Amino acid sequence: MATIVTYAEHRDGKLRRPSLEAVSEARRLAAALKASVHTVLVGSGIEGLASELGAHGADAVHLFDQAELGAYATEPYARAVAQVVAAEKPAVVLVPFTAMGRDLAPRVAARVGAGLVSDCVALTVKNERLEARRPMYAGKAYATVRWEGEPQMATLRPNVFPVGVADAARKVEVKKETVDTSARAKVTAVHATASGKVELTEAQIIVSGGRGLKGPENFHLVESLAAALGAAVGASRAVVDAGWVDHQYQVGQTGKTVSPTLYVACGISGAIQHLAGMSSSKYIVAINKDADAPIFKVANYGVVGDLFELLPKLTEAAKRYFAGKS
Amino acid sequence: MKIAVCIKQVPDTETRIRIAPDGKSILESDVNWIVSPYDEFAIEEALKIKEARGGEVVLVSLGPDRAQSALRSGLAMGADSALHLKDPLFEQTDTLGTAWALATALKPMAPDLIFMGQQGVGGDNAQVPGLVAEILDLPQVTTVVKADIQDGKATVEREIEGAHETWDVTLPAVLSAQKGLNEPRYASLKGIMAAKKKLIETKGAADLGLTAEQLAPKTKVVALELPPSRSAVKMIEGDADTQVKELLRLLHEEAKVI
Repeated sequence: MATIVTYAEHRDGKLRRPSLEAVSEARRLAAALKASVHTVLVGSGIEGLASELGAHGADAVHLFDQAELGAYATEPYARAVAQVVAAEKPAVVLVPFTAMGRDLAPRVAARVGAGLVSDCVALTVKNERLEARRPMYAGKAYATVRWEGEPQMATLRPNVFPVGVADAARKVEVKKETVDTSARAKVTAVHATASGKVELTEAQIIVSGGRGLKGPENFHLVESLAAALGAAVGASRAVVDAGWVDHQYQVGQTGKTVSPTLYVACGISGAIQHLAGMSSSKYIVAINKDADAPIFKVANYGVVGDLFELLPKLTEAAKRYFAGKS
Repeated sequence: MKIAVCIKQVPDTETRIRIAPDGKSILESDVNWIVSPYDEFAIEEALKIKEARGGEVVLVSLGPDRAQSALRSGLAMGADSALHLKDPLFEQTDTLGTAWALATALKPMAPDLIFMGQQGVGGDNAQVPGLVAEILDLPQVTTVVKADIQDGKATVEREIEGAHETWDVTLPAVLSAQKGLNEPRYASLKGIMAAKKKLIETKGAADLGLTAEQLAPKTKVVALELPPSRSAVKMIEGDADTQVKELLRLLHEEAKVI
């Protein structure tokens, strides 16, 4: 029987959503490939997470639960995943394209000699082989990619693959394994940054600000609207390069590529490199004083007007809307 | 301290992408080629380390003839020498083959530090740093936004979702540069003139002892297309109060996103 291996990432004792997206996608592919799903879970004191992976589609969880694995380190984590890949000889390996997955997957790919396709937004099975769709040029083009040989290893863009309905009755086999935990690169400290509230690449709603806000002192208008909508905050390259906000907020070709359900662009004209980073959003709202701004070409809803009048009104209305809803 | 910096030549981020007649690559005719912006951060950091601690900065780029101009740009910024990896086999290979070529070229140089951008803009794979590190059996830290290099070790900050991690890493190591690490310098006129006199060494697959079999791609782009066009914008008219009310109504009733 063919096997699909997925990697499950967790933080603060909880599985991160992209891990469940990967297991759910593996379950979907497993039906077409008649495969079983094996998930690799690495950390310390994390055995309790196995059942949730099972409920979402894992048939087996390879559990590396060792005190020294409490913090992520590339080398032992890659060893663990490679160990499972070597033993299970999977047809497919799926890893979330998160900060951790981006660091880990290439290391595993080189270790097991797998072809790796990054940042996939769709996987299809054709003649029992996988075909991937992935953005290139930050979404200015989409490539269809195929693998030669196995394993067919892919990283999955967060927020794109749906999480399946959990079935608590599904049984999962937990296979306890150990790995050499030595590492030449180690995390010694972690400090949360301001954007810690809602992560851009995993947010359902993003409110982004651009040069139309005129100065960093007005960026709070975007932050307030984001707070009212329960959204993450983004920014254009222009305002990042001008030093108004940190680079981690940047959406676009040299920042983050995002695919939220709703993207609200405030005072962003829509330079090609910005559009590249957000035009795969499901719905786009553009608020800008210039009716000819290129951002309106990708928007679903356009509002031409004064940001300084519109944003506070929209924030208040959104607050009332959500207060009325709850 | 010997620092190797791997750089990639990529289309300018403002490039309008057009698909070539083969249906699986881009039309290169109007493309303005630049050093991938993340690689510029890598070059800048290497130069800063060299200025602080002494040593040399060696550039390595894999690509066709035009990659020479990317190497020339890096030399103009202040790098000491450059190696161009050029071979028809390299043109057809994938990320893993690229990493094998780079790693094989880097190994005899025995650098203390290998820097590269966290991803090549355009391909957007973000794979080569980790692949090279594994092939060379070196530790890695990716998406580095701060680097403090000491004797035989480095303390660096890595960007993850909503946090920065501090890492201790032994050298030699592979570090990949994220935006925020530094502000790359502009090449001075003197630097540009000096770069013209610097020799760019060229090596092919045979020079590295790599065979067609080793460089055979394991992944292949079979089609490239422009993204689906988006539906026409619905402009919301009226005064600010009307616009706000109508926008929320549409988001709720039509888009069903709130």
